[in-house]
This record gives sequence, structure tokens and C-alpha cells, in this order.
Amino acid sequence: MTRGIEQRVRAINAFLHDIYHRQEIIKAGRIPKEMIARNEAFEPRMIGVSPPGGIYTHIVGIDLVRTGPDDFFVLEDNARTPSGVSYMLENRETMLQMFPELFSQNRVKGVQNYPTDLRRSLSACAPDATGGRPVVAVLTPGIYNSAYYEHAFLADQMGVELVEGHDLRIVDGRVAMRTTRGYTPIDVLYRRVDDAFLDPLNFNPESQLGVPGIMDVYRAGGITIANAPGTGIADDKAIYSYMPEIVEFYTGERPLLRNVPTWRCSEPDQLAYVLDNLEELVVKEVHGSGGYGMLIGPTATKKDIAAFRRKLKARPANYIAQPTLSLSTVPIFARQGLTPRHVDLRPFVLVSPGSINVTAGGLTRVALKKGSLVVNSSQGGGTKDTWVVED
Amino acid sequence: MLGKTANGLFWMYRSLERAENTARLIETGQRIALTRLELGDSEWRSVLESAGSLGHFEAVHDELTKGAAIDWLLRDRDNPSSVLSSIETARQNARLVRTALTHEVWEATNAAYMSARELLARKVVERDLPGVLGAMRQSASLVRGMTHGTMLRNDIYNFARLGTFIERADNTARILDVKYYVLLPSASAVGTSLDNVQWETILRSVSARGGFRMEYGAGAGSREIAHFLILDKRMPRSLAFCLRKIRDNLGYLNNGQMRPGPAQNKALHIERTYLSHDIDAVFDYGLHEYIQTVLGLLAGLSGQIETDFRFYE
Amino acid sequence: MRLTIRHETRYQFETPVKYGLQQLRKTPKSSHQQTVLSWRTEVTGGQREVSFEDHHNNTVELISFEREAEELVIVSEGEVEVRDNHGIVGPHRGAAPLWLFQQATPRTESGPGVRSILRDTPDEEPLQHLHALAGVIRNAVAFEVGASDPDWSAEEAIAAGKGVCQDHTHIFLSCARALGYPARYVSGYLMLNHRTAQDAMHAWAEAHVDGLGWVGFDVANGISPDTRYVRVATGLDYAEAAPVIGTRIGGMGETLSVAIDVVQQ
Repeated sequence: MTRGIEQRVRAINAFLHDIYHRQEIIKAGRIPKEMIARNEAFEPRMIGVSPPGGIYTHIVGIDLVRTGPDDFFVLEDNARTPSGVSYMLENRETMLQMFPELFSQNRVKGVQNYPTDLRRSLSACAPDATGGRPVVAVLTPGIYNSAYYEHAFLADQMGVELVEGHDLRIVDGRVAMRTTRGYTPIDVLYRRVDDAFLDPLNFNPESQLGVPGIMDVYRAGGITIANAPGTGIADDKAIYSYMPEIVEFYTGERPLLRNVPTWRCSEPDQLAYVLDNLEELVVKEVHGSGGYGMLIGPTATKKDIAAFRRKLKARPANYIAQPTLSLSTVPIFARQGLTPRHVDLRPFVLVSPGSINVTAGGLTRVALKKGSLVVNSSQGGGTKDTWVVED
Repeated sequence: MLGKTANGLFWMYRSLERAENTARLIETGQRIALTRLELGDSEWRSVLESAGSLGHFEAVHDELTKGAAIDWLLRDRDNPSSVLSSIETARQNARLVRTALTHEVWEATNAAYMSARELLARKVVERDLPGVLGAMRQSASLVRGMTHGTMLRNDIYNFARLGTFIERADNTARILDVKYYVLLPSASAVGTSLDNVQWETILRSVSARGGFRMEYGAGAGSREIAHFLILDKRMPRSLAFCLRKIRDNLGYLNNGQMRPGPAQNKALHIERTYLSHDIDAVFDYGLHEYIQTVLGLLAGLSGQIETDFRFYE
Repeated sequence: MRLTIRHETRYQFETPVKYGLQQLRKTPKSSHQQTVLSWRTEVTGGQREVSFEDHHNNTVELISFEREAEELVIVSEGEVEVRDNHGIVGPHRGAAPLWLFQQATPRTESGPGVRSILRDTPDEEPLQHLHALAGVIRNAVAFEVGASDPDWSAEEAIAAGKGVCQDHTHIFLSCARALGYPARYVSGYLMLNHRTAQDAMHAWAEAHVDGLGWVGFDVANGISPDTRYVRVATGLDYAEAAPVIGTRIGGMGETLSVAIDVVQQ
């Protein structure tokens, strides 16, 4: 699994570099240019930009599901802003306190080093020009953002500043934060603000959350932004369906991890199949996240299905469909006792020049509603501590 | 640290100090109202003035009654300086700067907040008032205790202290500003007596009645009270004590610099020019004018701190 | 033809600017059609922060205002030698792929106005077709200084029936893209025949024709660019090619004055 994840992450980074430079994969006819050309997540301003170390996705979450003892599938790639790592760390901390004896009896690989590893990984991605110990900071949209706790937690654990847009200015060609002693330049910014809101001078001018001019400093090589702007295209579910080709094209190897079979509704014959079999399929929005805008055929009402059919016909290119997988379950402790629930697993991957570090653990997400397949935390999913046990 | 963080710490501790001082003002007002029947509701006017809140109160209320004044000062959210508002502000700022605080300080602040929300959810009946006010003061002092006991003596601590002492100096000066006329030499009756109700009010407002009596004895009068509140360096709520602390903390923040920063200079100026002489010099200057001047300089000092340390920009 | 150009942009404010940035695209480059003999941009009241090449290969400079600035003056000046190439710019180069230029932008969406113009344009060989398109647009939308809003889209200009070179260019782009041609906005200088002083840069369009490459079309003047035209910046529409884009805090009461001189040597 680790090797498969590494292979996939390497391919994703190579893909991003390629589509923002020569687009060889399109010229070779391996993916249609419409996948990129009509893609809202494609960021033209990144064309020709070479991020420090050539790394676009510094932090990746590859979501995995299991349908049999040795049968794993990649459900989704999260290269834009994978979240949930704070839950992983807090869950382990809680378990260590509540059941220390379990950790004496089992050799469980640690995850508590993640913040240190993250800081080291981010520091290694600093632009060459900056000397000394790189200054890392976390950019948060602020206290009203639903993931604020994680932003503050990670900044605190890494020992770096947590900043908001209005703490930052362009000073002497660098992005700098306003400290009590003056403006201090930042080398690496781990940003949890979406692309559109990152820079009101270059992107959405209404944004109050970003830093005017940061894209200019970035393009001039004065700062590393993690994850790089424009990586959202790798999260795209239609691109997901091409991942096997993408892995092969950039690594020359067959993918070690399998993709879930996916129908692209942008293609007429595939759309026809999907419309015919809506009751059995899971249909997702291409740019969706958080489990919103999905249809789960087997558990949906006739009314939901009819409504979704209309949406599909109106904007077919906006959707992909997958078979309903019988996801594995694990027991949870509910009021009535032990009872099974469906889960997925999100291992976190840190990427720096010359190193791809898959955390020995990850976040198991639980669909708390009995029989539900929706595990996302924003929709009331739960989480579990996850152990990688040494033999 | 970020200018924004220094701002959060400064205001967290200013708000905590304000909550405590306001609770104390209510306590004093209540005590006087219960024991000095001749005063009626008029004393509450002075209390509102000391809290810097009279104008706002009058804009919102038709009549000044004890009940209305207490409720306004204690729990009205339209009053940004009420005990409840101040504790909520303190907690909001603590949340913003949480990673700069120790676990204990955060927990104590959060506990003060939860206690205030519960106890002040409804209008407090007279019977419960002493208990509620006592609880408020106790929660606030727990935060102070945790701060002293667990916080590293670094920049974070210095900004916290600055917030506390700027607010405290302002509070003492305001109390004096409202009551200055009872301390004037011309107003004091021949044959001093601590039974003078207004002196008692002033001393209770700064939790100093026992301490004062112990230090100055039964024969002390308005001159000694003025000295106690303005110049006595051992009295933790006096202007001199507060300015000394402010000056010290600015000095620590300025550590390593050859010359004092602008805020430091302002603090030094107040100390040297207004707090380094004896009380007779203050009365010669004119007590009322003196306090007005010092209040203005304190506001200027607070603004200078915001500028020097880039709270905004 | 050798042209000497001076372009001054002056911002004045009633209240000082606390913090502000200006993004400039004011540096022409040498190419088949033009050689930049000398070029310099000077800034007073601000400082240069960074400089880079954007995805359209424009040279971009980021300027920050001086603290409490009440005035910012940007002066670009230099000499450019322009050669006639019948409006042909040449094969597509650079990292941005051709398909990028086939996409509509919010200002260049095609709607009823664009469709109407396309219906009126006779279908011919690509080059003639595009020239004919320019002619139809010029007849449908009168050139009138001050007639339009700088925020107008192509459809809005068509509906109004009048506009300036920026509008003509946006309309051309909308139409050309609707026909499937890659097309882009060009911001640059035009030497006028009857005077040297102007208060705005000029805008025209380029469309990509198979076999020829990029070709320029100046709708308002009904020709392809000749030796009087200096190319400065390109983009998908005005927003990406604008000479100055800015943002700021403070600085109320802005007055902007622009003075351009284009003189033939």
C-alpha cells in the first residue's frame, strides 16, 4: 500500500508539472484536452511556473476503501487541502491516555511525529534563495472557518505562526508577517485558504481572506506556497478516472493501487449507461467535496433519483458514476452495543524534494449512520484511531 | 510574535481587569446603598461615571434606578464594559491567542466565561448579588493566579501585564476623577474622620479600606487617601504602582535596544513628571486638573503601545 | 519606423495611502515585428517589489506605495523600431497552449449580440472572414470616446452600439472564439497621424489562423497593425493585459491622470 501510494503521489506531481508546462500527456493523446481545457480547477496563471523543488502537492491524502481482505481501491485523491490530520493526532493521544496497556501489548507505529515531519518537509521546500532556517507559517481563513481548530493545532504543534491575510504584506519583494518587532519574511506558507480567495489582486478581488500580490512574489520565486495553486485539478473526479493512465504515463509502471471503475458522464455512451442504471450507482460531482451533491442509488428515494436524473441530463460533464462498493465495516460502540459501520482510510503523505513520506497510520473515517456510505466529517462522520502494527 | 497576538493578549487582560473592577464598583455601590440610607439612588450615578458608562446608560434608559444601574453594569450586552461583556471579550481574545497561553490559563479563562454565562443568564436578585459578584471576582483572580503561576516571563507575559496595568491605572484614575471633590483640602471638614462616607466609597472601590487603615492609622484624612491612591508605590492599585509596572514591562519588551521606545518614553514621562513628587505638589497643580491630565496621558500611552508593537496597521 | 514613447501615469490622493500595490504590464518586448532599442520604467512614490514573466509572457512588475504616499508616478519611456509584417505576428510560442485562447472569459461571452454579428458576417477563407468580421463590428458599434464603462462586457457594448477600442477588441474576441479561433487581447501604443499626445493606450486583437499563426486586427481603424503599432502586453481580455491593476488601503479621493506621447523619429 505504501509503495502504491508513493507511486500515485509521484505521478500526481509529475502530472501537475506537465499540464502546467508542455502538456505532453495531452499531446500523446492519453487524456483528452477537454479534461483540462474545460476544467474550472485549471489555473492558467500557473502555466510556466516552476515551484521550488518541482513540488506541487506538499501534503496529500489518498482515500482508500476495502472490499475484501486483500482488495483495496483508491476512492479519491486529495491534493488540494486534505484535512483531518489533527483528528488523527488527537485520536492517538486520546487512546494513549485511555488504554496505555494496549500500546504495551502491541507494537503500534507512531504518528505523533507528524507535526515535526510536516515542518521538516515544508522547510525542505523553501525557495533556494532564502538562507538559514526557513520561516514557515500557516495561513488560515480565520476563526469562523470550520477547520480552524486544525489550522491552529498544526501551527502550534509545528511551532510556527498562525496568520491571516491581514497579518501579511509584501515587503522588500517577500511576503512578510507583521510581528511586534516589524515585518518578518515568510519562506514557506502552508495555506488553508482556497485558490480563489488567496490573492485579491490576481484572483477574486472580493476576497478578504488572502494576500494581495502573493501570486506575484510566488511567480518571482520569493515564497513556497503549499500546496501550490492549481493543484485542485488533481482532485477532480473526472481526472481520477484517468489516474491509471496518468500513473503509467509518468512512472512507466502499472499502477499498484486500483481505481474504482468510473463512468464519465461527459461521454455520451457512458452517460447513457449511467442513466439506465441510476438505482445501482453512486454518482458524484466532478468538483465536489465533503460528500455533498452525491447520489447513492441503492439508498435513494424515487424522487431523489428522478431529480438527479434531471441534473445529469442538464450538465452531464459535471458528473461521474461508480458502482456501489460493498465497503468493509468495523465495529463501533453504540448505545445498543457493538455494531458495524462502513469506513474508509485516509493516509497522509508528505512530499519534499527527494522524499515521499507516508504516515504510518492515517484517518479512518466512519459513516456513523447505520448502512450509510457517507463518511465525510462535514456530514457527521466519525473517526477512529488507526494502527499500523509492526510484526 | 504577531502584532495581532500582542493585541489579543493586551485586550484579553484589559478585559479581565475591567470585569473585576466593574464587579468591585458594583459591590461598593451596593454596600454604600445598603448602609448609608441618606444617599438613595444618587450614588449609583457616581458608580456609572466611574465605570465610564454614564452617558451610554442615559442614552438607553429613561430613569436611573439601582436595579437598572446594577443590571447595566453587570450583565447588559449592550454595555461593552459590563462584567459579562468584559468576560466574553476576554475569552474571545483568549481563544484567538490560545496557543500563546498555557493550558491552565486558557482553562481558567474559559471557566470564568462559563460561570459568568450561567450566573448572569437572568437578572440577579438582590439576595444573590453578593454571591454572584464574589464568584466573578474569584474567577478573575484564578486567571491571574494561573498567569502568575504558569506563564513563562517572556513577551507574552509582558503584553498581558501591560493590558492589566493600563486598565488598572485607568480605573483608579477614573474613580478619583469622579470623587476628586471630596478629597479637596477645602472640602474636608475640620477634624478628620474615616466615617466620611465618600472616603469609604473610594477606598472600597480599590479594595483598600483595611490596608489604608493599617498603614495610615485612624487619624488619616483626604490628603493621605489621595497620596495612597496616587503615589504610594506599595499600593497595587495606585497610579504610581501601575506606571512603574508598565514602565518595567515596556523595558523588558525593549530588551536589547540602546534607547527607549516611544511608548516607554511616554511611560517615563508620566512617572517623572506626575508621579515623582509629593501629594502637596499634586494639590498645588490642582487635583482635578491633575487627574484629567493623567487620564489623557494614559490614553495616549495605550495608543502608543498599539502603534509601537504593530497591533494593527 | 522608429518611435519614441513616453507614458506617464500619475495617481494623486486626498488622504495618504496606508498600503497599496500596483501590478504593471508596461514593458514591450522585441520580436519579429519590433526591436526595443531602449526602455525604462521609473517609479516615484513607490518601490519595485518583484518582477516576473506571466503566463502570457508579459513582463510584470509589482510596485508598492511608499507609506503615507499622496502621489504615485510611473513613467515608462523608450525607443522601439517597428517593422511591417502585414499584421502577422507569427507562430504560437510560449507555455500557454493554443486552446487556452479559444475560451470565453466573463467579458467575452457570446450572447445574442455576438450571434447577430456572426450572422451578418459572410463566411469566407479564414483571413478574409476575420477581416470581414472586424468590418461588421465597426459598423455595428460606433467608436465614441467616453461612451462606455471600463467594466463592460462585449455583449453590453454591442447592446449600447458604441464603445472604445477596448470594447471593439472584446467584441472581436467573443466573435472569433465563437467561430473557434484562438484569439487574444493586445495592449500597446499606436502612433496617431495628427497628434503625438494621447490619454490612453491602444487595444487591438490577434487571432490565430492555421498556416499563418497569430494575426493582428485593429477593429476601430479597420486595418491590421503596421509600423505605427507597438505591442506591449497580451491576455485573454483587458483584465490580463491591462497596463496597471491596483489595490490599496487608505488613499481616498483618487485622481488619475495619464499622459502618453508617441512620436516618430
